Amino acid sequence: MKMPSFNYHRPETATECVAVLRDLSRAGADVKVLAGGQSLLGVMALRLGPPSDIVDLSRVAGLDEISISEDGGVVIGARVTHHRAEVSPEVAAVAPMVAAALPLVGHRAIRSLGTVCGSLAHADPAAEMPAVALACRARFQVLSASETRTIDAADFFVGYLETALKPDELLVAVEFPQVACRTGVSVDELSRRHGDYAMVGLASSLSIGPDETISSSALVLFGTGATPLRVTAAEESLLGMTPDSEAFAMAAEVLMAAITPTADNHASSAYRRHGAGVLLRRGLASATDKIYGENP
Amino acid sequence: MTTLSVPSGQRLSISLKVNDEPVSVEVEPRDTLAGVLRTQLGLTGTHLGCEHGVCGACTVAIDGAPARSCLTLAVQVDGREVLTIEGLARAAGDEAVEFDGQMLHPIQKAFAEKLGFQCAFCAPGFLITTLALLDANPAPTRDEIREEISGNLCRCTGYHSILDSIEHAVAIRQARHTNSAQPGEGAHNA
Repeated sequence: MKMPSFNYHRPETATECVAVLRDLSRAGADVKVLAGGQSLLGVMALRLGPPSDIVDLSRVAGLDEISISEDGGVVIGARVTHHRAEVSPEVAAVAPMVAAALPLVGHRAIRSLGTVCGSLAHADPAAEMPAVALACRARFQVLSASETRTIDAADFFVGYLETALKPDELLVAVEFPQVACRTGVSVDELSRRHGDYAMVGLASSLSIGPDETISSSALVLFGTGATPLRVTAAEESLLGMTPDSEAFAMAAEVLMAAITPTADNHASSAYRRHGAGVLLRRGLASATDKIYGENP
Repeated sequence: MTTLSVPSGQRLSISLKVNDEPVSVEVEPRDTLAGVLRTQLGLTGTHLGCEHGVCGACTVAIDGAPARSCLTLAVQVDGREVLTIEGLARAAGDEAVEFDGQMLHPIQKAFAEKLGFQCAFCAPGFLITTLALLDANPAPTRDEIREEISGNLCRCTGYHSILDSIEHAVAIRQARHTNSAQPGEGAHNA
């Protein structure tokens, strides 16, 4: 049998779901939540740390919505698939970086079942969505039997495949704030084949002020370490600069000097560092073109 | 509490449609859709290559969307509709075309005429992926096709014959829509 055995639980409401998570956690079970399974089942098929219990969200009502919040952000529920988010006009309008990243996530078949929240909760450091969430300063809506809380993206990704979610907590939705005016975004990665995890990737955005200089930027690397990495030194180096290739080359040097990427069988540290610089120059050029309408 | 709980090793009953036929089957929660299709339902057209979602040989359609049956638990398709390669010809409906004495989906005829496959281990996954691709985009460019099939691996062909076959499928369907008065194409050699 390909998959290891587990105890299976299928709640019908979010309240039941977190009660089950609480009871199982108290009993010392190693419990995982199943949304689309495109990350979880792959790990299980390779028999890496299989869970004792799985809680299936497929019957839980109310987790499959894309909605707009009071602040104008887009809220993506736990069961919303990558594909649904990819074709959503609300996501494209409010969070264009999410829309830019989704075609890079796996392949169409993975995106049919895999979910945005599932990818975020799985927190593979080479995945696109965690880096996008960090770059966009997304907020995570979390439910347990005892409380509801919101976690900022900056606090969410704690380590390799590790988030700030406690074992009895359910990620019910993620909210991406409305993108600022005069902002261009880009998501770029280097991978051997289409759909592979990135050897190095960059989620970037650039905002232009009234004087046509850079008023803010986001530069978040993925695939370079245990979590996605925001490179604030490079972001700060761009402030007040005219968005041109000289500025981007300068920022690329700052970025490359600021990071110590991992080395593994996919790429050396030097390759990842060099690639990060290349992706910054490409990504920010692309983001700038989008602001000035040359490459919508 | 109405939470259904199934301890490890026990089974539960699921009801779904496979190739437009209602099916009820007892499965363990850990059974994959691929395993249930192949072993319990005898539908061995869906193949297992990598068993972790990368090669695409296991691709079926779930509620019309392409999906990796090796990365789907059977319990996840309770109440849903699954299309496998065995159901592709019938799914063509009145778009079916004749080839070599059989009624096939135009995609199947296209691959046969262009010799798209060699060993055909990858074929079921490619055909379902192509079905989904053409449903979403009936007139893709060669580059768009290349992008959309990048999740299916073939070790025999080098992919050009597959790209040619998909372009041919597009042409067959477009010709059919142009000649919509005709009942279907007669069998002929490529």
